[in-house]
Amino acid sequence: MGGADKSPQNGSAAIHAEQLCRHYRMGATLIRAVDGVTLTVRAGEFVALLGSSGSGKSSVLNLIAGLDRPTSGSVVVQERDLAQLSREELARYRLHTVGMVFQSFNLIASMTLAENVELPLRFAEIERGKRDSLACEALGRVGLLGRMNHRPSELSGGEQQRAALARALINRPQLLLADEPTGNLDSRTGTEIMNMVREFNQQLGMTVVMVTHERALAERYAERLIFLADGKLVGDESNSIAADAEAGHSSADGARL
Amino acid sequence: MKLPDLTELALRNLRESLLRNSLTTIGISVGVASLVAMLSLGIGLQQLASRRLMKSGLFDTVVVTSRRDLRNFGRDREEERNGPAPGESRILDEPTRIEIEHLPDVVEAYPDIRFITELRYNDKPHLTAVAALPPSAKTNDAFEGVQGHFFSSDTAPEAILQKTFAEELLGKTPKPGLDETNVAELAAPLLGKELTMRYAQREAAQNAPSPLRRDDSPSPGDGDLASAAYSVVSREQKLKIVGVADLDPESMRGPTRARVFLPLKLAENLHAMQPTDLREISRSASDQPVYSSVSVRVKSPARIRATEDAIKKMGFNTFSILDATRSLQQFFAVLDLFLGIFGSLALAVASIGIVNTLVMAILERRREIGIMKAIGASDGDVKKLFFAEAGAMGILGGFVGVALGWAIGQVINLGTNVYLKRQSLPPEHFWSVPWWLVGAAILFAFIVSLAAGLYPAGRAARLDPVQALRYE
Repeated sequence: MGGADKSPQNGSAAIHAEQLCRHYRMGATLIRAVDGVTLTVRAGEFVALLGSSGSGKSSVLNLIAGLDRPTSGSVVVQERDLAQLSREELARYRLHTVGMVFQSFNLIASMTLAENVELPLRFAEIERGKRDSLACEALGRVGLLGRMNHRPSELSGGEQQRAALARALINRPQLLLADEPTGNLDSRTGTEIMNMVREFNQQLGMTVVMVTHERALAERYAERLIFLADGKLVGDESNSIAADAEAGHSSADGARL
Repeated sequence: MKLPDLTELALRNLRESLLRNSLTTIGISVGVASLVAMLSLGIGLQQLASRRLMKSGLFDTVVVTSRRDLRNFGRDREEERNGPAPGESRILDEPTRIEIEHLPDVVEAYPDIRFITELRYNDKPHLTAVAALPPSAKTNDAFEGVQGHFFSSDTAPEAILQKTFAEELLGKTPKPGLDETNVAELAAPLLGKELTMRYAQREAAQNAPSPLRRDDSPSPGDGDLASAAYSVVSREQKLKIVGVADLDPESMRGPTRARVFLPLKLAENLHAMQPTDLREISRSASDQPVYSSVSVRVKSPARIRATEDAIKKMGFNTFSILDATRSLQQFFAVLDLFLGIFGSLALAVASIGIVNTLVMAILERRREIGIMKAIGASDGDVKKLFFAEAGAMGILGGFVGVALGWAIGQVINLGTNVYLKRQSLPPEHFWSVPWWLVGAAILFAFIVSLAAGLYPAGRAARLDPVQALRYE
């Protein structure tokens, strides 16, 4: 199914989904949220999953994130078949291999930014001293060092999403999964966030899979656009616009959607 | 997740819903408090009873009687049947007493001398039981409250009166109902006064023929006849009242249920006729006195059993208060059990409160659980976090509850003592919270809380992160 691979970084396959299905029952009806998707994402690629709501794009992302298990088919991330992993192994996979950002930021309200950002390190049982320095480093990278002792409710949406990005980075994962990361933001802060995502993709070499329903946004940042409808893959094309933007990516700040 | 992190996060989460978690913790506190209160009441009462028994001074005493003594019916029947037949059993005489005294762990063995006789005070006769006291009784708790002083020597012609006898001498009648006798008041007019004791002295027949000469042997052999006979001579002995004791004649002091006490050596030298003399006389081979019973004091109550066994092996019957308290201990064990069960009921109710609070917390923090799972928390991490919250509430509730229980105990102690004081009774300590109970109560609260957290924690851990994240 997959289209031609025009990834600039000729990495090996970071993600490979084969006949991926996720069906569930809602009352008497069987819902095929993901229905036989086969796709490959190369290491270092920036891929956008596009589709209208209910197309199954978020379900695919959750399967790649190891938050959900496929009904059938397989999803192999860095040579590990997620369907075969135990719950414990899947948790470790999410901890060390995947960083996630969400439309609604999903910071824990009762914690300060610093605590939110270092939370994955607690799960990784990293000692306090190292946790603090890593959290500072990550918050510094997203420009929130001065706000580290604030609670999420004291911050703007853009700042919250930046904190969420810092949290996604903290364990230095190879994979960044973003589910409508700009959906709750105005276009200016959305651009700010997307530039950061691109920075991570290019400077840190993270493979990015972003779910969005805004084609324009996807075209501005993603190298490759994958279209889903009714749980099926309906299109897969490389994106030259993003490649152009990359060439002089400082100009992207001024661009409008 | 590591324990310090878990604790930190758990306490933070508890602070987030302060009111609800405080109420739950108070619930546990009340449960622990009721448990502590109930158990400390049980322990306090047991200690009170033990103290009372200790005061009787017979905790470390074994009473030895000859198997021929028919008063020892009932107890240890089987043992008696297995032992030597009464007719062959040994006599409890002076050499035997010395032999018993030489047993390991035995502090002293003294004969119980007891007889009923007439005492004259101000020329009025009073009939009562008289008993001998060994010098060691001075240190006995039973004589703690004696007014006046103890015997100046073991042979001094002195007497200590039991308070009801002192009342009788003064012509007072004990008031019915509450015992409000002031011993000091009773003692004041009596101390230093003289009593005349009239008693029957036993004398060997051949030395002192007397009008009361008796021959008690049913079919005496020639050789036995001389020693088997004795005469009884009426004598008088002047006694100085040196003390009045606040002893309860109906207390556990069965063997010495007497109202007048004499020094042991003095009493021995009187050779007063004792109720058992008639029976023992046929077997007494010498002038040595034969005792109806001998009291044996043992180094510590723990050695009672071994000493009793040793004496039984010698062919005597024994009785100790420890035998009686064994059933008392059993009673208190059952009492503690029931008090504990009632106390635990409140804690059980409180544990349902924990379950409820944590289940509510899961509903409320569904999204948070989803986030934690999305960023890498394992099922175990989530489970441990909820466990830690339950445990923290348990420990916190345990500490507060123990303090509360202790405070309740103090208040009740105080209240009871105010009441006792009004009734002119000495203050007592009903309530006792030993350290082990403090530790055990907190530990118990912790374990109950963890058990209560079992279901909610499991439920939180199994939460599907995709659904949890969708939840607003």
